[in-house]
Amino acid sequence: MSAGPHHPLRDHQPRFQGLDSGHRACQGCGEALAARLVTEAAGPDVIVSNATGCLEVFTTPWPETAWRIPWLHSLFENAASVAAGMEAAMRAQGRDTKVLAFAGDGGTFDIGMRGLSGMLERGHNVLYVCFDNEAYMNTGVQRSSSTPHAAMTTTSPPGRERMGKRHLKKDLLAIVAAHHIPYAATASVAYPSDLRKKVRRAMGIEGPTFLLVHSPCPLGWGHDSALSIEVARLAVQTGLFPVVEMERGSVASVMPIREPCPVTDYLKLQRRFRHLFADDPRAREELEHLQALADHNIEVYGLKAEGPDPLDTEGADTVRRGGMRYA
Amino acid sequence: MPQALEGSQAIARAVALCRPQVVAAYPITPQTHIVENISKLVADGKFHCELVSVESEFSAASVVLGAAAAGSRAYTASASQGILLMSEVLFNIAGLRVPLVLTCANRAVSAPLSIWNDHQDSMAVRDAGWIQLYCADNQEAVDTTIQAYRISERLELPVMVCVDGFTLTHTLEPIELPSQEQVDGFLPPYHFARALDPMRPLSMGELVTPAYFTEVRHMHHTALREALPEIAAADAEWAEVCGRHSGGLVQVVREGDSGIGILAIGSVVGTFADAADHLADLPAARLIRLRCFRPFPDAALREACRGLTDLVVVERALSPGAGGIIGTEVRAALRTMRDAPRVHNFAVGLGGRDVPLELYPRLIEAARAEEETGFAILDLEPEKLPEEGLSR
Amino acid sequence: MIEIRIHGRGGQGNVVAAYLLATAAIDEGHHAQAFPSFGAERRGAPVAAFVRMDREPILRRCEVREPHFVIVQDPTLLKSPGVTAGLREGGRVLVNSTHSSEEISERLGLEAVALPAARLAREHLGRPVPNTALLAAFLALTGVLPVEALVKALAERFRGEVLTRNEALVQAAARAVPQRAWKEVTDAAGA
Repeated sequence: MSAGPHHPLRDHQPRFQGLDSGHRACQGCGEALAARLVTEAAGPDVIVSNATGCLEVFTTPWPETAWRIPWLHSLFENAASVAAGMEAAMRAQGRDTKVLAFAGDGGTFDIGMRGLSGMLERGHNVLYVCFDNEAYMNTGVQRSSSTPHAAMTTTSPPGRERMGKRHLKKDLLAIVAAHHIPYAATASVAYPSDLRKKVRRAMGIEGPTFLLVHSPCPLGWGHDSALSIEVARLAVQTGLFPVVEMERGSVASVMPIREPCPVTDYLKLQRRFRHLFADDPRAREELEHLQALADHNIEVYGLKAEGPDPLDTEGADTVRRGGMRYA
Repeated sequence: MPQALEGSQAIARAVALCRPQVVAAYPITPQTHIVENISKLVADGKFHCELVSVESEFSAASVVLGAAAAGSRAYTASASQGILLMSEVLFNIAGLRVPLVLTCANRAVSAPLSIWNDHQDSMAVRDAGWIQLYCADNQEAVDTTIQAYRISERLELPVMVCVDGFTLTHTLEPIELPSQEQVDGFLPPYHFARALDPMRPLSMGELVTPAYFTEVRHMHHTALREALPEIAAADAEWAEVCGRHSGGLVQVVREGDSGIGILAIGSVVGTFADAADHLADLPAARLIRLRCFRPFPDAALREACRGLTDLVVVERALSPGAGGIIGTEVRAALRTMRDAPRVHNFAVGLGGRDVPLELYPRLIEAARAEEETGFAILDLEPEKLPEEGLSR
Repeated sequence: MIEIRIHGRGGQGNVVAAYLLATAAIDEGHHAQAFPSFGAERRGAPVAAFVRMDREPILRRCEVREPHFVIVQDPTLLKSPGVTAGLREGGRVLVNSTHSSEEISERLGLEAVALPAARLAREHLGRPVPNTALLAAFLALTGVLPVEALVKALAERFRGEVLTRNEALVQAAARAVPQRAWKEVTDAAGA
């Protein structure tokens, strides 16, 4: 596999960045950071198929582009299929340039599901990265099947009859895992080393690989732009967004949570959950429900670890030592 | 020495002669035999390509788009619902100016469900920005497929080769297959100047604001208009290689001195020519065949219609609520002619209704009618309509 | 031009029969065309296929409505009136049947030849597929192509033992009908 760290292209550009600065993402955009980290780790010998969405819009206002790698945006729902075609072309040309597919949760969980499933089933050598910001942010925050239960979006507003989104966040990883692909993982922008490591791991695998990257959207989630990393970290530390690796459909490893935070620590920072803190029995019920979902994740993935680990440079302790904790 | 080949088999062989590196398709009647034949050629080691058996037509079009953009010649085929399912991608491919060839095994569009031949599918995507060439027989399907790759790659415009479903795809007839040397000499290896390459990274498919969108559309339109001579030249130059013409832009199939012209598209042209040759007591009409529908060859059409008093436009689709599609465009194109003929417009053969020789005299008759026929379905059988009214 | 319509049931190799006949003609330097009645062909459903043969290129693509010859692969189809519909004046019918030609002719009120094609096929191939035997008989009756042309066309589809058996079947079926009995119809059609 040449797309790893020892490729000649990489040697020419040791400080390679695939996504340059100067693009038009909002302050504190989790997706922009995630895309930068992913492309940095993947290196220059890649071709990207990008779905319609914020990432496409804010990086390529014609005649400018923020990409330093070959990049194609076709449509909303076909990033995986276009990537499959690129990969077939690489195979036919005898080249081992790795093909990456980028899409948001709308382009992955919802409208792009068919193409994603087909690409995984056919075993294309593609790393598919879903930047999950849990709603249709590009069109102004509408609910997707990735939107968490009870979250407010413009199409799942709370009101007299509703407490935000009525349905659960789709368990996409389980669906992807059911394709028994060599490697699927979740990651978070709050843990950049972990994310980069997972990208490098996927790059070294011949076959379909999948990364779900939790990427806060300050605008859509309604939190301070300076808090994106903190919010993302709390999603992991509460158990609401489990960070795990799967090999051939089975859990291979998890990022442990040493001292799980209550979900309210995470929820209270975000306007999309503000209605859950009203003096309303339904709100209390939903909070309990969300706590139960986090507890369930912790249990099924075995996320709970014993005490702080002095060698753990990835975990919450590090962030805490950096003084970033926001009350 | 011609070989006995089923249309689909001949098309598959022609595709293989063009050496695409990536083929992606999803099965749909009546396109299936094309893809099955390609699969067999690949399985037998007679054709080397990456064959991607996708999960939908949407992905078939997306895969070939990705492959062509990444520097490989690619091929797909579909029909009917499949063309409509891929329609979003078809617009996208053309807008991105990616060279591709697609065979449309023309079929009606549901509802009501019909697996049989008409042109509603390709007509529905006539504004997608693709070149559309309609074949009159399977020999032309072979030759046009080869020409299509050269046109597409020279102009960075995708080409849809329209072949009547069943009527051509499932008909066995004598076919001359060109040699690999002939095709290689005519069709240079795939070259796409904007191919995605890590050594020269570029971005394709950017967001274009109102500041530039108009100019991009203008360039696409201009490119299609300028494709007209290239399409004619490809046909002429291929004829120099193999001795066969496929009809250029507009073809006068039979001359006639009666002042009546019949204009048709696709494989019914053969039936009409046969009728003109064999039916007795008919005034000699000029039989004109539209091979290239997009770009619309208005100048060539005016040339072909010179001296006519009446032109009957026969098509295999309609725009419900408006009438004929080709008829409307022909009327617009002939408007600037001095002494433009009257244009009578009919749809026939919808959803696979057989178009017999006996229809031809009715077209002549329509041309001689006192009133110009704006639009009508000529082979409608009124006795089958419910009694209470035409529309319900 | 001679026009032929083949009637049978889905699974009896109707399209194969039409393609074989046209292939044999094309390989002999004739012009020919073969196509099925287009549809969702289910096993057992009545289906038709069409063949045209001519010295000139064939331009028309409509269905064969007025055939010179009708070939019926399944005798149970004789009950349906569509089978002989449009048969030209003096046209002939070839039927896969164990009855005599006289019986079939009388029943149809048309000039017909019966051939126990399924039985011959079972004897030679072990499978009651009537199409090849009927084609061989058709060539022997009309003389439109030498019977060997059919063998050549079969050789494009089969090899070895299977081809040898098919060859024997072709010879047996060709011998089982009066030679060139329908030549006048062929000659009149100008093929």
